[in-house]
Amino acid sequence: MKILVCISSVPDTTSKISFTDGDTKLNKAGVTYIIGPYDDYALARAVELKEQTGAIITVLNVGGADAEPQIRKALAIGADDAIRVDVEPTDSYFVAEQIAAVAKEGNYDLILMGRETSDYNSGVVHGIVGEMLGIPSFSPVMQLDLNGNEVNMTREIEGGKEKLIASLPLVLGCQEPIAEWKIPNMRGIMTARTKPLKVIPAAGSALTTTEKYSLPAPKGACKMIPAEEAEKLIELLKTEAKVL
Amino acid sequence: MILIFTEIADGAIKKSSLEAIYYGSKVAEMMGTNSTVLAIGNADEAELAKAGNFGATKVLHANDTKLTNPNSMAYASVLAETVKSIGAKVVITAKSSFADAVTARAAGALKAAVVGNVTELPDLSNGFQVKVSIFTGKAFADVNVNGDVKILAIKKNVVAPIESGNSAAVQNISPALADNLFAAKVTETIKATGMISLPEADLVVSGGRGMKGPENWQPLLDLADALGAATACSKPVSDLDWRPHHEHVGQTGVKVSPNLYIACGISGAIQHLAGVNSSKVLVVINKDPEAPFFKAADYGIVGDVFEVLPKLTKAVLANK
Ligand SMILES: Cc1cc2nc3c(=O)[nH]c(=O)nc-3n(C[C@H](O)[C@H](O)[C@H](O)COP(=O)(O)OP(=O)(O)OC[C@H]3O[C@@H](n4cnc5c(N)ncnc54)[C@H](O)[C@@H]3O)c2cc1C
Ligand SMILES: Nc1ncnc2c1ncn2[C@@H]1O[C@H](COP(=O)(O)O)[C@@H](O)[C@H]1O
Repeated sequence: MKILVCISSVPDTTSKISFTDGDTKLNKAGVTYIIGPYDDYALARAVELKEQTGAIITVLNVGGADAEPQIRKALAIGADDAIRVDVEPTDSYFVAEQIAAVAKEGNYDLILMGRETSDYNSGVVHGIVGEMLGIPSFSPVMQLDLNGNEVNMTREIEGGKEKLIASLPLVLGCQEPIAEWKIPNMRGIMTARTKPLKVIPAAGSALTTTEKYSLPAPKGACKMIPAEEAEKLIELLKTEAKVL
Repeated sequence: MILIFTEIADGAIKKSSLEAIYYGSKVAEMMGTNSTVLAIGNADEAELAKAGNFGATKVLHANDTKLTNPNSMAYASVLAETVKSIGAKVVITAKSSFADAVTARAAGALKAAVVGNVTELPDLSNGFQVKVSIFTGKAFADVNVNGDVKILAIKKNVVAPIESGNSAAVQNISPALADNLFAAKVTETIKATGMISLPEADLVVSGGRGMKGPENWQPLLDLADALGAATACSKPVSDLDWRPHHEHVGQTGVKVSPNLYIACGISGAIQHLAGVNSSKVLVVINKDPEAPFFKAADYGIVGDVFEVLPKLTKAVLANK
């Protein structure tokens, strides 16, 4: 059993976002990068499946060298080896193309991703990869169990959830509560240093370029309404904000 | 040619999809071309013709019984085939988790650029540029979209449709459906019925840990009922099973952009704001005047939710 876990390296949600070079680049100073929160769930479930089935986990990132601390963390959590496709992850199709190329080469039974990245929230890379490989894709998956070649899943749908059965190989976008996030232990951190990390060049070319970034207009002051006159809020929502 | 992918609920085009139709028709106008709507699944022909009211001239309806239950792989196959057969260069959809799954696979088949969370009409003065919301509402990027086929997923409330009163011609299509599209078996579907869909809702009333327990939700539900609003919650509330998981909004939950979001007993952590900060108007009710949510709010009430909520419900009902 071989599992490929695709991780993005994204700014921590609490980071303050700003731009440099005439608003053409993200200002990375002071920004903490983390494994995408959903990708962390995918990784955690992969590690649990490894404990159950002895699966081999490869972790894959499409990104620059600055993503390596996040890759090492994934190795410390329990992945066996890592691949980094050395290119800026500009757009979903381009990223998916890199992942599909690695996946074809490695013949994985299960490709686990997060439901979406937390920077662009696209939620499409798993679907594109599934189509490129000609295998089914499902997202967002909240529960995942293997029974030989058969996969039992629960997927969130609008207003509820559905239970599914499918066969390997599959591409899945994961979300909580599929597993609890794992924190690397000392031994994991030590062994991660010597686990193989292969850096390979990208294929194909990006389909989008970013011209400029901007920040939203600052929010006006909050209008306070005394609790004793709470009903006034409804009047204001009608006449002033015009949303009722 | 512009193709608009729509979602159907209860035999009619969803409201978010009607916005996508209007957006797509505007793009078609800008590009000097036409817009066609793709509707998949069981729908009423008269309802589909309403796409015309939002600017589309034609609706292609794929109504094979195999397509009655939403299946992202089968729907994607229909979408990709339709793009090819009508020669569409731009595909528009309302952003949703299901639409993402469909357009993703179609993009894989078409080698299309996919751009999500689009917040404005494109700028065509120099290529094809769109503004997208990034870092969960904390910033925007102006993105040049290349590629022969472009797929745009638009955020809710990006356009305010003006209804034309026209009606669209509906044409049935019967795309080929390979067996392997139906390889997965859905064994159970658990879905809340009679609820207003959260991602679609214009008005949302949301509760946090300040509601103290699931048994205290009635005053919040009463206000939502009076307003015709959907209900939502913070993550701890769904983690504690006070409310179902699909109601939780935020970084790891649903992202909403309604006209009005009323937060009751929610502190306003940055991870929560990530799901709600593109709401048009934010109202915060919290007994702690220092709650961070007030900094992001348009209207605030410092007070006990259990005293404030009934007052609001009463005022809504009195105003009706
Ligand atoms: C990686 C990560 C991802 C996360 N993702 C999400 C997410 O997607 N969505 C999300 O919501 N959170 C998320 N969180 C959790 C988030 O950080 C906060 O912990 C959470 O939003 C707090 O929920 P809350 O406001 O309901 O509860 P609390 O922080 O406990 O706040 C309760 C509030 O209620 C007020 N209150 C209490 N009693 C009353 C009363 N009687 N009347 C009025 N007000 C009252 C209090 O003053 C307080 O402000 C995430 C956290 C992490 C680390
Ligand atoms: N640069 C990347 N490198 C590796 N995996 C990625 C990358 N970008 C996205 N992914 C994976 O694809 C999932 C969906 O991402 P997206 O479609 O971009 O929202 C993420 O949760 C990751 O698992």
